[in-house]
Amino acid sequence: MNIIPAEYGLVLASVLFMLGLISLLIRRNIVFMLISVEIMLNAAGLAFIVAGSRWGQADGQVMFLFILTMAAAEVSVGLALILQIYHQLKTLNSDEASKMKG
Amino acid sequence: MSDLLWLIPILPFAGSLILIVAGTRLPKRLVPVIGAGSVGLSALITLLIGIDFISQETSPVIKQVLWQWIDVAGFSPAFGFHLDSLSLAFIFVITFVGFLIHVYSAEFMADDEGYARFFAFLNLFVGSMLILVLADNLLLLYFGWEGVGLCSYLLIGFWYQEEKNGYAARKAFIITRVGDTAMAIGLFMIFKTFGTVNIMDIQSQAPNVWAVGSQEATLIALLLLGGAVGKSAQLPLQSWLPDAMAGPSPVSALIHAATMVTAGVYLIARTHVVFELAPTAQFVVGVIGAVTLLLAGFSALTQYDLKRVLAYSTISQIGYMFLALGVGAWSSAIFHFMIHAFFKALLFLAAGAVIMALHHEHDMFKMGGLRKKLPVIYFTFLIGAASLAALPLITAGFYSKDQILWLAWAGEKGNIWFFLAALVGAFITAIYTFRMVFLTFFGEEKTHVSHVPGSLINIPLIVLAALSTIAGFIEVPHSVGHLQLFTDFLNPLLPATVLQPEIESTEWMIQLLAAGLSIGGALLAYYFYVMRPTLHVQIKSAIPQLHNFLLNGWRFDSLYDWVFVKPFVYLSAINKNDVVDWPYNALVNVAGFIHRMLAFTQSGILRWYLIGVVLGAILILTLGLML
Repeated sequence: MNIIPAEYGLVLASVLFMLGLISLLIRRNIVFMLISVEIMLNAAGLAFIVAGSRWGQADGQVMFLFILTMAAAEVSVGLALILQIYHQLKTLNSDEASKMKG
Repeated sequence: MSDLLWLIPILPFAGSLILIVAGTRLPKRLVPVIGAGSVGLSALITLLIGIDFISQETSPVIKQVLWQWIDVAGFSPAFGFHLDSLSLAFIFVITFVGFLIHVYSAEFMADDEGYARFFAFLNLFVGSMLILVLADNLLLLYFGWEGVGLCSYLLIGFWYQEEKNGYAARKAFIITRVGDTAMAIGLFMIFKTFGTVNIMDIQSQAPNVWAVGSQEATLIALLLLGGAVGKSAQLPLQSWLPDAMAGPSPVSALIHAATMVTAGVYLIARTHVVFELAPTAQFVVGVIGAVTLLLAGFSALTQYDLKRVLAYSTISQIGYMFLALGVGAWSSAIFHFMIHAFFKALLFLAAGAVIMALHHEHDMFKMGGLRKKLPVIYFTFLIGAASLAALPLITAGFYSKDQILWLAWAGEKGNIWFFLAALVGAFITAIYTFRMVFLTFFGEEKTHVSHVPGSLINIPLIVLAALSTIAGFIEVPHSVGHLQLFTDFLNPLLPATVLQPEIESTEWMIQLLAAGLSIGGALLAYYFYVMRPTLHVQIKSAIPQLHNFLLNGWRFDSLYDWVFVKPFVYLSAINKNDVVDWPYNALVNVAGFIHRMLAFTQSGILRWYLIGVVLGAILILTLGLML
């Protein structure tokens, strides 16, 4: 069985992370922003997995399970917020939700 | 028995505490029982201790230290009491006259909604005053001194709904504070010199530390005099007392006639050793007394308000006490204090009853003919007035004032001017006293009597009237039948007055002169206000400026307004934007500016925040990698 070098995995993780970050910055739609955050989380999770398998330790997978749990919780809260925002503002544009501006 | 000394001041404090905490919830019958009862118990204990005290051969001194108050670096005043003949005379007057006034107030204030508050303040006052005269060190004395000042403020402004009462209260508080500040500085200097504030230690050490006439002794004596002058309403700090009549009549009787205003006399008598070492300061005391008694006497001649006449009369009579202190007639001053407390409390209480009977009418020219309507008040007022005017032989005031007159003439430190001032003062006193009697009780009735006072008012008046008469017989001059119970009582503590060596025994001539003047004054008042009632109106309209000048108490208020208030208001108007505030305002402005700049970044747009987070993360990572 070929072992994929750890560098590949890390490059993939950082590419995913950058993609998520860029789409988070350029997207206005709040649902897409939530998805971008998910991508970034998974990129981080991937990096943990790769590092875990590189050193043959279970810690990486444990951390990934944590991230997964946290992401599930975060999505549920996030979706609830999105529903409320849509309910209040009748739009999903995040720039419209700027009532708190100083 | 003497172990009970601490109870004397504590009981009124306890009464005050109960009334403050639960006064409004107590049944109304119980309020005067607590208020007057606590002072009555104090009076009873005073009586027991007094009997104990007098029955001993040598003049004893009762000391009682309750606890150590402060103990810092050699400064260790105790919370301790010291009872000797001087303080016994004072606590006797405070508790007995105080008790009678409390009884009187039980009826006088009965319809007032602040009934419990009144008794609470009155009890607090009695407690503070007892602390003042029982204190064994000057710091505790100062504590009582400020306590009575506070109660004076609270009670002058008792009817606080009216603005002018609050103004009068503040005026009294602030003007006496001027004197108190001088006194505080005097206390600091005493501590610096002696390393103690214990009065007895100071008394025993002072002759060793200072030579007679030393500058430091003079300065300290003058500073103490400053405190005494403020409290006792003497020149130049006298202008608060006439306005203090805004308080209820029992307050005027207790605080502004019988007890608190004589605290200055007590202070000087208590520190007489210092004043004897500072002849200049003692002379100043005499001068202040002489000038004040004349100024206040002339002002009293023109007043309309019954209580204001009595207020000026109080200033004038305390002037006599200061005069006596100034010529070294220590025991005469204290004797006059005691007699004055009796008859002036009587006059104020009677005046209060008159004012209440006439629906709060203060103007004497609207009174008249009350002789028949209010016989008890008329007779007691007449006895008090006779005592104030010092009608010869039968009144107590004659014996006390006569002593001062004689010693102002014959005492080593007396001189002809002091004597003349006292003599003229006696004449004026007789005139304004009987002017008051004739205007109020004689002539036709001008205001209808709506309320005849009951027994709780009458009994204290009768007791005080009896005291104003018989109390004089404990001190009878040489020419009538030598008797000096009071002087002997005070003698080991307060030295006897040294007479001028070449003086001949002309005491009877002076007595005759004084008696003639007081009777003459009374007759003059009768001529002016009963026989020719239009005459004084003509005189008034002939010299209106002089009349107004005297009516307004020699315009001291206007003077102080020009000298102190106007410049102060002017300066504060210039400095309206307080210079001291500038640096702090600058700080506020800088903070506000930065706030507005940073508030701009809080745009409410989520993606800008994200960019901020990302840039921050990059910055930190870069720094972390570089360093």
